[in-house]
Amino acid sequence: MSDGLKKTALCQEHEQLGGRMVPFAGWYMPVQYSGLMDEHHAVRNAAGLFDVSHMGEFRVRGPQACEFLESITTNHVQKLTDGRIHYTLLTYPEGTIVDDLLIYRFADDHYLLVVNAGNIDKDWDWVEQKAQAFDVQVSNESDQTSQIALQGPLAEKILQTLVDSDLSGLIYYHFTEGRVASTRALISRTGYTGEDGFEIYVDNKDAASVWKALLVAGTPHGLKPAGLGARDTLRLEARLALYGNDIDQTTTALEAGLGWVVKLKKPFTFVGQQALAQQKKEGCKRRLIGFELTDRGIARHGYPIVNGAGDLIGEVTSGSHSPTLEKAIGMGYVPIEYSEPGTELAIQVRKKSVSAIVVKGPFYQRTSS
Amino acid sequence: MYPSEYRYTKDHEWINIEGNFAIVGITDHAQNQLGDIVFVELPEGGSTFTIGDEFGTVESVKAVAEIFMPITGEIDSINEALEENPELVNERPHDDGWMVRIRYSDPSELEDLMDHEAYEAYVEEESK
Repeated sequence: MSDGLKKTALCQEHEQLGGRMVPFAGWYMPVQYSGLMDEHHAVRNAAGLFDVSHMGEFRVRGPQACEFLESITTNHVQKLTDGRIHYTLLTYPEGTIVDDLLIYRFADDHYLLVVNAGNIDKDWDWVEQKAQAFDVQVSNESDQTSQIALQGPLAEKILQTLVDSDLSGLIYYHFTEGRVASTRALISRTGYTGEDGFEIYVDNKDAASVWKALLVAGTPHGLKPAGLGARDTLRLEARLALYGNDIDQTTTALEAGLGWVVKLKKPFTFVGQQALAQQKKEGCKRRLIGFELTDRGIARHGYPIVNGAGDLIGEVTSGSHSPTLEKAIGMGYVPIEYSEPGTELAIQVRKKSVSAIVVKGPFYQRTSS
Repeated sequence: MYPSEYRYTKDHEWINIEGNFAIVGITDHAQNQLGDIVFVELPEGGSTFTIGDEFGTVESVKAVAEIFMPITGEIDSINEALEENPELVNERPHDDGWMVRIRYSDPSELEDLMDHEAYEAYVEEESK
């Protein structure tokens, strides 16, 4: 089953913990350990520990590092300061999406890009090729780097027992370099679950010892190892897009509702800028909406979205039962006239049409900061 | 693990004969593969199905599985508790998590089904 699949440095840990291993984006990854719901609730109520080492890391250094990144991404890189992170997009000339990613600024000539596992090769080709026009060095560190996500309201409390610096001073979308359980690590206050938490980057050789130290420190607080299944339901509740489902090479940043990271007025030109400016002027013809089912059933990826007359108007890009809200939620693209919150739609669930309503904002939002 | 008086299908349903009625559910292996079950859709009482027909669906957070009739017959009753408590299928798949009670007509249809030993071997083979 693991034939031809890449394994993270934590593969043995997952197997020892009874993780159910599945192929995902070319990787052999745990989809669940104790159970998806149990892990999901652990993250919402205490904390969860995820191996996200399949994600890719590219380092960019050089005098033109900032200009280079400004030219290929939609957000305004120059606004970053040392130790800050932002969410951004790599775009095609058509304004559609190569990938969504995080950019970490170490210094004005030194950045780290964190990209999706399934896009590492494509992104690397893109970045390496575009870098040729600039005075920069790019390196792909994905194969040496492990990433562990510690997510949940008790994440800070748990991690604090293993680091010397005061984590309460590390604010959202900032990072610091330090030690976790005496191991050199990059500690980033970010995540993909809608909860507070950290993403911890370590060298592959240190991954298992850091993972084990976190489990030992966290278990008394209710920390559980969590798999890709819970990661997906958590991110969907927080209405975070998943590349390959909700955004891809056919969807533009504006259609996806990611206009907030598209800085058309930044003092740099970037790939896709013209197309996006044009689309902003003319208005999108379709939008990525969030919906809730108002009748019994579960909408899933690929199911048709229909209007009141039963006409096909779109397709579900992500859909699931929401363990926190205990109802069925999802996302999908529909023509702009159906995208207003409150609009009634229906999802074709196999032979049945199940009523749904367009909703605004995240399905779930944590109460405290 | 698998009751010796039940019979089993390759689609991982179990069937238990009680006189003129057959009780049907999904096996422990099936519920375990699906994970946390959140929704079970069952037919109306009185509907009739032929062996092999899809008669309902079981949905977990991540997956959907169709359930198929292991025998031809009419739905006598369904497990209404599953509407409020679909997790019963995870917790007690072979008893409280039953799905439908069928009035069946042709007991010879049972001959092609597996007994518990054959089913255990089948599951083991499938998991390889």
